[in-house]
Amino acid sequence: MKIVREALAGTLESSDLMVRIAPRDDELEIVLQSEVIQQFGAQIEAVVRDTLAKLGIFAGLIVIEDKGALDCVVRARLQTAVQRGVDAWTADWSALS
Amino acid sequence: MSAPLKLRRSMLFLPGSNAAMLSTAYVFKPDCIMFDLEDAVSLREKDSARLLVFHTLKLPVYSRVETVVRINSLSTPFGLTDLEAVVRAGVDVVRLPKTDTADDVHALEAEVERIETDCGRAVGSTKLMAAIESAAGVVNALAIATASKRMIGIALAGFDYVMDMQTERGDGSELFYARCAVLHAARYAKIDAFDVVFSDVNDDAGFLKEVELIKRLGFNGKSLINPRQIDLLHNAFAPTEEEVDYARRVVQAAETAESKGLGVISLGGKMIDAPIVAHARLVIARANASGLRT
Repeated sequence: MKIVREALAGTLESSDLMVRIAPRDDELEIVLQSEVIQQFGAQIEAVVRDTLAKLGIFAGLIVIEDKGALDCVVRARLQTAVQRGVDAWTADWSALS
Repeated sequence: MSAPLKLRRSMLFLPGSNAAMLSTAYVFKPDCIMFDLEDAVSLREKDSARLLVFHTLKLPVYSRVETVVRINSLSTPFGLTDLEAVVRAGVDVVRLPKTDTADDVHALEAEVERIETDCGRAVGSTKLMAAIESAAGVVNALAIATASKRMIGIALAGFDYVMDMQTERGDGSELFYARCAVLHAARYAKIDAFDVVFSDVNDDAGFLKEVELIKRLGFNGKSLINPRQIDLLHNAFAPTEEEVDYARRVVQAAETAESKGLGVISLGGKMIDAPIVAHARLVIARANASGLRT
């Protein structure tokens, strides 16, 4: 799948995160802001990369503003943003797990 | 020794789109947690809430509480995808809103069975419950309650029901027939019955008055919209020490009579018959499961 338009998902409430995505031709750029970046920054980025890889997303600008979300919330919000930013959503349920 | 009594006193509603509530609600220890994908979620967030609930259901902390998801009606563009998500995520119970006929349950069951087969989940492991929200649903409550072996309960949803009846919420008299109809259907089907939400979370006295009424009618529990109501509800449903003492004496008298081959039981000069003994055993089971009222 390919990100073809800007899309947004999530909120800036506590325990949530805001995800903004935009098209890029051939690179994946992840910008991560988090209140817990010292402790969990690497783990959040790993979850983001894993979630995108399972969706077959290898290019795009991914901007994440984290407010202390659990990993499952990060996955859900990122998948929602991708679903909104692609032309044809083809992910099956196993790719979302 | 028999299995502990399954209590379904409190069913806590959580908006499926609220990450903070979904991440923490288990700490309040309701008997059932109901993630809502229907009325509590705006149209533009249906996709987001569905994925959030899909992932939340897999959290280990939710394996220790009965999980329920209220999906959107299968007649909407969202219902079937909701169902795909929650059955695959391992939800315990699917709650169908606006259930008017047994065919609504049959249609839901067919889709659940297809998804279970597709994803390798044991067929029959997804339980169902129906929300009765209209005059049609109340009239058809018995057929709905008995529509599937998967059914674990039916719930009355007050606001939609009173709108359909062209009235409004008041002192409870407007719900009297519907409560009785839903309850009788549930008892006939041997499934649980859940009462309406009490929406004024600051009116503890009013809440407890309604709880006392629905407990006396025979409901198993109540849908809740605020965690503050959980302890109040659980305590109101717990037997008192006096009730448990009496129940133990009844059971002891019954066992003594049985050992002596006596058909008639007497306790304190009063005749005790089989329904009273059965009720006493239920009181003890409830006390074992919930503790005593404080």
